[in-house]
Amino acid sequence: MISVSLVRHIRARPAIVFDAVTTAEGIAHWWGPDTGPVLLSESDPRVGGRFRVRFRMLDGTEHESSGEFVEIVRPNHVVMSWRWKGGLEDPGESRIEIRLRSIPEGTELTFTHAQLDNEETRRSHEAGWIGSLDKLEGYFATATRASAQ
Amino acid sequence: MVNYQKRLDRTFAALVDPTRRAILAQLERKDSASISDLAKPFAIKLPAVMKHLDVLADAGLITRAKSGRTVTVRLRPLPMREAMAWLRRYERFWLERLDGLAAYAEGQETEARSKGQ
Repeated sequence: MISVSLVRHIRARPAIVFDAVTTAEGIAHWWGPDTGPVLLSESDPRVGGRFRVRFRMLDGTEHESSGEFVEIVRPNHVVMSWRWKGGLEDPGESRIEIRLRSIPEGTELTFTHAQLDNEETRRSHEAGWIGSLDKLEGYFATATRASAQ
Repeated sequence: MVNYQKRLDRTFAALVDPTRRAILAQLERKDSASISDLAKPFAIKLPAVMKHLDVLADAGLITRAKSGRTVTVRLRPLPMREAMAWLRRYERFWLERLDGLAAYAEGQETEARSKGQ
């Protein structure tokens, strides 16, 4: 139902970004070390294959997330289900979709984390409730930029 | 946690409808409004507006107070704050992760090029 969408340009070719996202070795590198070490990284990057990543935050707490590859088309597209273990954040399953497009400087990565993946609610989002969030934002004391699609 | 999740779903479900968003936008501009005030800009009948107000009230996005014949409607920002907090938290979380991903992938690219790949 709710989703966060981010676009980022990376100076690396799509295949390299794709492998960084989907392989155990890649995941082990970029999930850390800013917020603490990655303790475990497993990945079986094919449709139906699972991944699991466990990391420790600087405050000493450990967190694990895991999921299943739903769609995987190297080097352009990967969709995976995603959930926290232990319910630190909201429990329940969400969906991550990553699209990689070749651009002159390397790769344009579009990252979407959707709380629900129901097609109808996603279309409603595209119809643009976020515009109204932006408008209503002025009402709240804490100004922020929330991007969602 | 489950309640929190349900509340978020309800908030966003209420916000999906453009008429309801327009009602909230009206309430944002004014401190409070009567139901007939709120209904004025819309080409829909009062009962339809009342239904939208029910959805918004169920989601906790507005409050209604009756005094005599007039119902005064006010915006209630708490559920929106929660929804914004969810978005903010995940946005920050993933922005940091994507920084890490970009740094790693760019390193891999440099390495591949130095090997002539």
